[in-house]
Amino acid sequence: MKAAPFAYVRPGTVEDTVVELELEGAKVLAGGQSLVPVLAMRLGRPSSLVDLSAVPELTKLSRDNGSLRVGAMVRQRQVQYDDLARAVPLLGLALPWVGHREIRSRGTVCGSIAHADPSAELPAIASCLGATMTLRSTRGSRQVSAGDFFTGAMSTVIEPDELLTEVSFPVASPDEGFGFGEFARRHGDFALAGVAVRVRTTGETVTANITCFGVADRPASADVSTHLRAALDVTGPEPDEADLRRALAAGPAEEIAAAVVDTVGDAHASPGYRRQLVAGLLSRQLSRAFVKSRRRESGVR
Amino acid sequence: MTELARIEDAALLTGQGRFLDDLDPLPGTLVATVVRSPHAHARILSVNLDRARAQPGVAAVIGPEEILATLKPFPLSVSAPTPYYPTATDKTRFVGEPVAVVIASDRYLAEDAAEFVEIDYEPLAAVVRTDAALEPDAPRLHDQAESNVATDRTFEFGDVDGAFAAAQHVVSRSYSFPRYSSTPMECYSVVADWRDGREGPEVTAHANFHGPFSMAPVVAGALGIPTSSLRLVVPADIGGSFGIKSAVYPYIALMAVASKYAGRPVRWTEDRLEHLLASSSGSDRLMTFEAAVDHQGVVSALRVDLIDNVGAYLRPPEPSTLYRCFGNITGAYDIDAVTIRARAVVTNKAPTGLNRGFGGQQLYFGLERLMDDIGVVCDIDPADIRRRNMVPADAFPYATPSGGIYDSGDYHSALDLALENADYEGLRKQQRIVRENGEWMGIGIATIVDPSATNIGYVGLATPVQDRTAKRGKSGSTEHVRVSVDPQGIVSVLLGTVPQGQGHATVARDIVAEHLGLPVAQVRPRVEMDTATTPWTISSGSYSSRFAPLLTSALLEACDRIAETIKLAGSVLLGADPAALELIDGTVRVADEPSRSVAFRHAAGLVHWDPGSLPEGVSARLYEEAAFTPPQSKAASRTDQINSSLCYGFVADVVAVRIDKETLKVTIEKLSSVHDAGTILNPTLLEGQVHGAMVQALGGALFEEMTYSDAGQPTAGTFMDYLCPTSAESCFPLVSGHQETPSPLTRLGAKGSGEGTSMSLPVAIANAVADALAPEGIEITSMPLHGNVLHQLLNTTKGS
Repeated sequence: MKAAPFAYVRPGTVEDTVVELELEGAKVLAGGQSLVPVLAMRLGRPSSLVDLSAVPELTKLSRDNGSLRVGAMVRQRQVQYDDLARAVPLLGLALPWVGHREIRSRGTVCGSIAHADPSAELPAIASCLGATMTLRSTRGSRQVSAGDFFTGAMSTVIEPDELLTEVSFPVASPDEGFGFGEFARRHGDFALAGVAVRVRTTGETVTANITCFGVADRPASADVSTHLRAALDVTGPEPDEADLRRALAAGPAEEIAAAVVDTVGDAHASPGYRRQLVAGLLSRQLSRAFVKSRRRESGVR
Repeated sequence: MTELARIEDAALLTGQGRFLDDLDPLPGTLVATVVRSPHAHARILSVNLDRARAQPGVAAVIGPEEILATLKPFPLSVSAPTPYYPTATDKTRFVGEPVAVVIASDRYLAEDAAEFVEIDYEPLAAVVRTDAALEPDAPRLHDQAESNVATDRTFEFGDVDGAFAAAQHVVSRSYSFPRYSSTPMECYSVVADWRDGREGPEVTAHANFHGPFSMAPVVAGALGIPTSSLRLVVPADIGGSFGIKSAVYPYIALMAVASKYAGRPVRWTEDRLEHLLASSSGSDRLMTFEAAVDHQGVVSALRVDLIDNVGAYLRPPEPSTLYRCFGNITGAYDIDAVTIRARAVVTNKAPTGLNRGFGGQQLYFGLERLMDDIGVVCDIDPADIRRRNMVPADAFPYATPSGGIYDSGDYHSALDLALENADYEGLRKQQRIVRENGEWMGIGIATIVDPSATNIGYVGLATPVQDRTAKRGKSGSTEHVRVSVDPQGIVSVLLGTVPQGQGHATVARDIVAEHLGLPVAQVRPRVEMDTATTPWTISSGSYSSRFAPLLTSALLEACDRIAETIKLAGSVLLGADPAALELIDGTVRVADEPSRSVAFRHAAGLVHWDPGSLPEGVSARLYEEAAFTPPQSKAASRTDQINSSLCYGFVADVVAVRIDKETLKVTIEKLSSVHDAGTILNPTLLEGQVHGAMVQALGGALFEEMTYSDAGQPTAGTFMDYLCPTSAESCFPLVSGHQETPSPLTRLGAKGSGEGTSMSLPVAIANAVADALAPEGIEITSMPLHGNVLHQLLNTTKGS
């Protein structure tokens, strides 16, 4: 478990970083929580590691124009506890589930998204909220929305010479409610199944979208407004959380689960078990998010 | 006995522990990496090490050729045509089996060069499942063997057929026990040095090996040298083992050969991937249990069929997993007749060995699941079915049909305490309410006999009596200690018990201090095993919970002799009769006249400085070695009976679980566990042993399994897939209770206590899950029991 030889560089600016990334086989090192084990097991053999830790502009966490902008070197734990990040409630709900505290202290938000593990929380959050990724190379800069970003397991549109400099999450509006849940065999493990939920209630109009993870080769998103409305038809428009949850569990949640779970399964969970987990998680989190959005919309805090 | 803090902790908690990887015992040591087979089963067509040898920093590369030129196969526990070397020689038989070793100046360069080792394999069909390995046309692992069955013996004690013919009910069930390990924090570590001496090769090896030291002649046998030419040195700190590190010994031989070819000492530190792939684990077992039962649920006879999957080789001490519990195969129950068929099969999985509980968790999974099933058949509550069958308190010492002699116990009162602590009636009430709400809750019980201080004579049982060499039997379980006193009266205790975190030094200190009437600060235990200087024998080592019953008995014997000498010296100083003296509060004093006293240290000083003043004929001796050899541990009888352990403790576990209908997660709601380990030596350490064994059991019951694909590829090769419970999974309400029925066979009445719950709790949890899901018509016959498994069981049942 010792890494094969590699070169190591630690540039001080984004400009220098992207120049280093032009080298064949160069790989970005941010928090290292996924990359370092891969190196130690010789499952990856980059010719050079480009360490981002000395680039000051990548450590910025800021809010502007209705977005929370998270730089490439912002640690997960910083986002978990920074007041700025409260503007994106889903991050606060999801981050405690990311690995363990020690991992979050090193791991970065952008690193997790760039790594694109299909069982990871942060790619799902990015997908559910339609976050925007900024990619830089010597060829210039481009922005990709989450819906177009993930291309498969551990696979994204990032080109070998590109750096994910920033992820921009939309700030929540007052009529939105959120839910997040996952199930893992042990605390801190990658989820067997998880859901991120966003519900918006504007007057009589209810819309809902979800992203499930751990159930397909990439975050699986869906507009589930009709399912939620079907459950509300059963409960009436102002249900309490438990009633709505039961109504969702009685049918709509299983229907959604059947549509989003797309995996052959593994030793820890078959597709059937994952569908059961997703249906349960969705019933719980959709009802919770709906009740929250309703309260916010009616000004109840 | 007073409860004192562990003397080991301060160093360990401040990073001052000195593990083998922290030590540099042999200057100029090179570093090795092991090249391992990627195939589960393959013939080695050619090995080319030339390119690897030419890499930078490489001192030597060895492979099958060098192994065959230097070593003989390890002597096996039974005569089976399954030669075992530390590397593959003709074929590789499991993924991760060593094939070559690269020795270089550091581990990075060694791993770089390892990529240039060229081995040409011809892949062969693999077999991993026990039942598949038994098929006549199964891929054969060992070419000279007639089948994959490495050992097959049948034993019958009492009138089994008669009991079954007279039975009201015959309850028969088959079970499958999974393969799991204990994953110590520190992996294997060896530093070996080969020197050609005047009388032949001499090997010094530093290793985190904790015995059984019966493996020392096994290693020496492979090296073709006398055991005394193999010097084993064990560091005082070992980072856990739970039996797993006993299997470091093949690597001692391997690194000795590496050192021979490198011409320098060689260090090998196992990494976690290697550990999970190829170190050791408990064996997985297929088993059938059959009971002859009367109309009141009383069992009169058992038929037991055990098939252990020991992996690719019958690596010593296997097939001992089959025999460790031979004398207590009928468990806590008063059953007079039993037949036992004991088989071990070889498959394309990693070899197995010692793992906390060693054979106990496998045995009791079958026996205790069966007791529940008998309860169901007879419509008798699981607590009651056990009460009706347990050995009564007035029956001790109790002889089992297979040769065990249970030294002491009161099983009924221990079970009653466990039930009371659990509020068993309350739990049953709660269960009725929960069930009415359509939810799942279950209560599981296990009552087990906890054997300690193994009699290694059981190894002989694997060989039929006519093939066992007359007058060359195997028996015994001896433990040694050396106690000495310096001129200032400081008492040193040399412990060759090779602990791995148990706290032996603390217990030894407290016992010696109490016995010699000294403050604890005046007793200094030293943990040291060097086979060249520390007293030891074949049965030495830290395994089968030997410390509490055996070492402490030896310790008292040594203390008695030290006390005698100190009193003689005191009698000179006090002018009193030595028989009238006592040792108390750091003094030697006249028992009837406490004012006439002299400091212990002055008495010790007299022996050192002024031995001429001692009475004539008294030896000025303040160092005493003692060996405790219990006469009850004898070799297997001609009728194949054996008292396979010296002491037999008892555990009763009562556990309540809830199963979430949405996630199918099994949660422990309450655990009541009662232990009877004889006299309690240190309550804190005992409780620590109980907790540790519980977490290991939790792993086996709910989380851990070393799984393989049918093609023999390990599918739980990292901690991403091999899931050990962490602190977050190990928090549940626990009521731990203790009962003391002292052993009459040990000096302090203490029995072992390191393993009990690792044997009882896996099946107690399985029984609880079975109870919870009984309304769904689900049978629990294996583990681990996690959501995916339960989902499959529930949906298979629904479908049928």
